[in-house]
Amino acid sequence: MKRLWIWMPLALFLGFFALFASGLLKPDDRVITSKLVGKTLPSFSLPAAASDRPALASTQLATGKPRLLNIFASWCLPCAAEAPQLMALKQAGVEIDAIAIRDARPDVDAFLQRYGNPYTRIGLDARSSVQIALGSSGVPESFVIDGKGSIAYQHIGDIRADDVPVILRRLEEAR
Amino acid sequence: MRTLLAVLALLLSVPALAQSALPPAPYADRQISDPALERRAKALMETIRCLTCQSQSIADSNASMAGDMRSQIRERIMAGEEPEHIRAWLIERYGDWVSYEPTAEPILWPLWGAPLLLIGFGLLLLRGRLKGRKRS
Repeated sequence: MKRLWIWMPLALFLGFFALFASGLLKPDDRVITSKLVGKTLPSFSLPAAASDRPALASTQLATGKPRLLNIFASWCLPCAAEAPQLMALKQAGVEIDAIAIRDARPDVDAFLQRYGNPYTRIGLDARSSVQIALGSSGVPESFVIDGKGSIAYQHIGDIRADDVPVILRRLEEAR
Repeated sequence: MRTLLAVLALLLSVPALAQSALPPAPYADRQISDPALERRAKALMETIRCLTCQSQSIADSNASMAGDMRSQIRERIMAGEEPEHIRAWLIERYGDWVSYEPTAEPILWPLWGAPLLLIGFGLLLLRGRLKGRKRS
């Protein structure tokens, strides 16, 4: 019995060593997903963020047809990088609405002029309150909203070319 | 009273109408004038994790989203909401991850149990030692 006890500290050390080593070797995962996926979209009503697009309210997202809700900002670089992919989605027939975070109308206008405007409606969330209510942790993010106004899928980060088919499939599934 | 309310409403409406680069939200870096409410808000903000700088609390972080969360928390506490209700609201959106306050979830039972176990182990060890000493 005593002989066994003598090995305890070493066993403990090895245990902790394995724990720390696995923690250090595991790739860092900083993505925080929204826990609202599968639930109804929180209700909100935002003023228009751009001069030539109407304002956005949550009721306008439950139209019986799945839509894409893009969270972006004119000051966000990856948002500019995903612009061509959003354009491609729009050309594939997807209705895209957007929420501009901590933004101002002239900046949004300039951004859309430079990178293109795939959006039907754009709401201005000047103080991130709708972003927080959605459980979104940054820009850009995109939510697939089904026809009944529930969140079907969340894409975190910019939409790359190979994400486009995934989002199209999710939109199809949300039908 | 009426004038005061009008002035307050004016103060609150200015940032929403701002068209240029945005200033921080009204209560991001401003304390609530009632110290008791500010204390409650502060205690909550120190245990809510920042989504941008993930190892800081929103009370410590300069990220704009943390500022917006601080302002929202202060405004909701001024409106009479309970801090724990706001925490639950945030957890509903971001998961337990967003709160630094340990919960009573089964995954945390070892955390709560460890001190008891260690104290028990220490007492056992002590008893063994004392017995041994008496005999010799």
